[in-house]
Amino acid sequence: MSFTMTRNGAIVVVDVEGQLIVGNRQELKQKVLDELEKGERKFLVDFARTGYIDSSGLGVLVSLSKKIREQGGELRLANLNDDLKTLFELTKLDTLFQIADSRERGLESF
Amino acid sequence: MSLRSGRHPQVPAGEVASDGASLGSVRLALELEVPTDVRLISRIVQLVSRQVRDFDFPAHVCSLNVPVALSEALSNAMLRGNGDDPAKSVRIRMAVDDQELILEVTDEGSGFDLERCTQDPTTADNVLREDGRGLYLMRRLMDRVERFTDTAPAGHNVVRLTLYRPRPEAP
Repeated sequence: MSFTMTRNGAIVVVDVEGQLIVGNRQELKQKVLDELEKGERKFLVDFARTGYIDSSGLGVLVSLSKKIREQGGELRLANLNDDLKTLFELTKLDTLFQIADSRERGLESF
Repeated sequence: MSLRSGRHPQVPAGEVASDGASLGSVRLALELEVPTDVRLISRIVQLVSRQVRDFDFPAHVCSLNVPVALSEALSNAMLRGNGDDPAKSVRIRMAVDDQELILEVTDEGSGFDLERCTQDPTTADNVLREDGRGLYLMRRLMDRVERFTDTAPAGHNVVRLTLYRPRPEAP
């Protein structure tokens, strides 16, 4: 389980490898908040290599989205597989986030 | 299927996974006891999901329903039931056959009111909340979720998750 941050123009792309769950959500939160602190405002979380997300992982995405918006920025998501789409639909979080089918489309959406 | 009967011998996972024969008459029972440490959750989930996969449950059951529901039950047990106290343990019991999967997660807490604690996170007021999705997801992803107080060890809190194998659709 790991998080990789890369920069693509003005957008910080976060790759979530493995699970986003109670055991590692704070690591993701801190990494994104550190970038926000440095002045970054556009974030794309790519789930192409993600296994599953639990409620605390979903909660961290909600929390980060709010904090980034408060600073005038945006957190968007990309590459949800069918299981993750189901999870976002069950919790209606698909209505809260802008979700792209691919990394490229996610980057273009900003 | 009861987790308490003890009538069914454990089947080593390797035998089940490697022989390729039908598991129609096989029932697998596992019991784990782990210390309170949320970093262990993904390993436990991986172990259990692998066994469920061997019983040919649908792919989404192994990659979504079981991992998320069990992860929620384990984190509730560790963080709420055991208060994140590493001296306290969590017991996981699993029984699976070709009809159903039962998971029991036992912590050392005094329990909670399942109905009262389950919120609907999809309402306009709740969708922006960081917490409050765990029990809801457990109940949406499993066919039955029950909470009761165990008799052995006395007073311990048990959450039981049951998932029935989906019936094949009629042609």
